[in-house]
Amino acid sequence: MSSKIREVVLESGIQVKPVYNPEDVDPKKEIGQPGEFPFTRGIHPYMYRQRPFTMRQYAGFGAPHETNQRFKFLIENGQNALNVAFDLPTQMGLDSSDPLAEGEVGRVGMAVDTLADMEVAFAGIPLDQISVSLTINAVAAPIMAMYFVVAEKQGIPLAEVRGTAQNDILKEYIGRGAWIFPVEPAVRLIGDTIEFCAGHAPKYYPVSVCGYHIRESGANPVQEIAYAYAIAKEYIQRGLGRGLSVDDFAGQISFNLDIFGNFFEQIAKFRAARRLWARIIRDEFGAKNPNTMMMKMIAGGGGGGLTIEQPENNIVRGAYYALISALSGTQTMALCSYDEAYTIPTEKAALISLRTMQMLIEEMGIGDTVDPLGGSYYVESLTDEMEARIVTEMQRVDDEWGGIVKAVSEGIVQGEVAHQAFAYEKGIQDGSIPKVGVNRYRMEEEKRDVALHEYNSAAAEDAIRRTAEVIAQRDSNAVKAALEKVRNAASSDQNLMPSLMEAVRAYATIGEITGVLKDVFGKFPEPVNL
Amino acid sequence: MTTKPIRILIAKPGLDGHDRGAKVIALALRNAGFEVIYTGLHQTVEQIFDTALQEDVDVIGLSILSGAHLPIAEKLMAKLNQTGMNDKIVLIGGNIPERDIPSLKALGVAGVFPTGSSFDEITTFIQSKTLKVS
Repeated sequence: MSSKIREVVLESGIQVKPVYNPEDVDPKKEIGQPGEFPFTRGIHPYMYRQRPFTMRQYAGFGAPHETNQRFKFLIENGQNALNVAFDLPTQMGLDSSDPLAEGEVGRVGMAVDTLADMEVAFAGIPLDQISVSLTINAVAAPIMAMYFVVAEKQGIPLAEVRGTAQNDILKEYIGRGAWIFPVEPAVRLIGDTIEFCAGHAPKYYPVSVCGYHIRESGANPVQEIAYAYAIAKEYIQRGLGRGLSVDDFAGQISFNLDIFGNFFEQIAKFRAARRLWARIIRDEFGAKNPNTMMMKMIAGGGGGGLTIEQPENNIVRGAYYALISALSGTQTMALCSYDEAYTIPTEKAALISLRTMQMLIEEMGIGDTVDPLGGSYYVESLTDEMEARIVTEMQRVDDEWGGIVKAVSEGIVQGEVAHQAFAYEKGIQDGSIPKVGVNRYRMEEEKRDVALHEYNSAAAEDAIRRTAEVIAQRDSNAVKAALEKVRNAASSDQNLMPSLMEAVRAYATIGEITGVLKDVFGKFPEPVNL
Repeated sequence: MTTKPIRILIAKPGLDGHDRGAKVIALALRNAGFEVIYTGLHQTVEQIFDTALQEDVDVIGLSILSGAHLPIAEKLMAKLNQTGMNDKIVLIGGNIPERDIPSLKALGVAGVFPTGSSFDEITTFIQSKTLKVS
C-alpha cells in the first residue's frame, strides 16, 4: 500500500510524528526569553541583531610565515577570528627534528618547535583584537604559554588577551587521538590552565569542550552532548578543586559542536543543550552569575556529513549546516569546506565557506529576529525530548560507567562510540541511511584523485634548521634551569603555567618540554576495547 | 582444509589519531568471522611488525589517513622481506590516491582499499587470498 505513512526515527532514537500540535509542547518546560535563564532561545537578548556570529575558518600551513600570510589574507577578506591548525608532531609534543616526526612536519598544519615560530606566525596580528583559536590539546599548556608570551612581547597585558584554546584532552581519547599522557595528569594540566587563566587572563577561553570530535567518531547527537557535558563537568570540578568559585571561570569554558544529519534534530539538540547547561551550572554548581550559565558554542558544518562523491554537493550541504547553526543561535561558525572530504581545503573552497556565512547574515536576514523557530510545536517538542535523552545518557556515564574519567581510562566510551560508528557505516553501505550521491543518485564520475597536500621536505628541513639556529643562540643555562622548574612543578601540585612560560621565554623546544612532562607523567596505556 | 580461523592485525601507524576507520573495519572483519587484533594508535612500523610476529597473524591491515602510506608501506614490506615473513598478506586502507596504488602493489601490498570501500569487497578479497595460502 503506497498510502502508508513512512516511519521516521531520528539518529537519537526519537520517533517523529507527521504533525505536531500545541498539546505536544510541555507547558511546564520554560521557553523563556532570549538572554534569560535557561537561555533556550539564545544567550543574548538581541543575538545577531546586535552582533553577528563570529566567522572562523580553520587554517595553518607548513611554515609559520606561510600561516601568517594566510591569516592576513583571511582578515583582509572580512574574517574576524582565526583558527590555527598545528602539524601532528607539534600536537604530539615532538620537535620537527624528531625521528618520529619524519614525513609529518608541516603536513596538516603549522610546525611549532619554539616560541620563535609563534612570534613569526602572529607577527602583525593584534592578539587583543583578533580572537585566535588554537587547535591544540595534549600540549595545550606549553602552546598557550607561547601564545601568552607572544602577546606580552606585543605589549598586550595578559588581562587583555583574547582567544580560545581547544585544550580538551578527554575527547582526544574518544576521538582524534592526539593524546600523550595518562588521563589523570592530562586532566590536571587542564586544571592548571583554567586556574592560571582565571587569575591572569580572564578574557581568554582556556578550554573548548568538543562534542564535535566525539560525534565525528561515531556518537549520535544525544551522546555528543552527553559526553561533552560529562567532560565539561569534570573540568569544572578541577577548577573548583583549585579553590575557584564556579563564577570565576566556568563562563570561560566554551563548546565546539557538530552539525550534520537530520536538520531539526540538530537545532533541537542545541536548544536543549543550552537549557540543560544553564540548569547544570545553576543547580549543580550553584552559579549566581547568568554569564556562567550560558552555553557558548562554536558550531559548524561537520566533516562527517561531507562526501567524496559529487563533492560540489558539499557546498550546498555547507549552506544547510550554516543555516542550522544560525537557527540554533551559535556564537561562532566554522564550516568545513567542500573539498575537505579528500584534501586540506584550498583557498577557493575556504572562501566559499566564508561567503556562505556572509550571505546568510548580510543578504538573507537570518539574524533579523532572534530564535525564529521558537514556539514551533515540532521544534519545542523535539527540544524537550532531546534534553530528556541527554540527561539519561549522562546518568549512564555516572551510574553505569563510574564517571567520565574512569570510562575514558578504561576505553568504555571509545568502545561505545566505535560500535555506533560501525552500525552507521553498515547503514550507509546497505542504504538504510540515505546519503545523496553515495547510496542514492550515485553517478559514474570521472576518477577524482584525492589531492593530499604534497609533502614538502624542503620546508621540513627549513623548520629543523630554524630551530637549530634558535638553539644555537639561546642561553642554554637558562633553558636548563627553566626545564628543571617545569619538572619540579610537574612532580608537585604547583601550577605548571608560570614555569612553562619561563621555559618558552627561554626558547625551550616543545619536544624538550614534553620530554620532561613524559618523564614525570608517563604515557597513556591505550585500552583497546572493541 | 584447515579450520583455523584467519587472524588479522589492524594497525594504525604514525602520529595520526583518526581511528574511526580502523575500528570500524576491525569490527566489520570480526563480524565476518575473522579473528581481529587491533594495535591501537601511534604505532611505529617496528611495533606493528613485532605484534604481527607475536600474534602470528595471516593478514596485516594498515589504516593510513595522513598521506604517508608510501614510506610506511616501504618500511614494513622491507622488514617482512628481510625476515622471511613475506607470506603475510598486507592490506592498506584510508586516504589513498588512485595514482599511488600501482606503487603500493609493486612494493608487495596485496590489496588497497581507499575510503568508501565496502565491507563485502574487503572480506571477499581476504577470503580469496587466504584460501590460496592455506
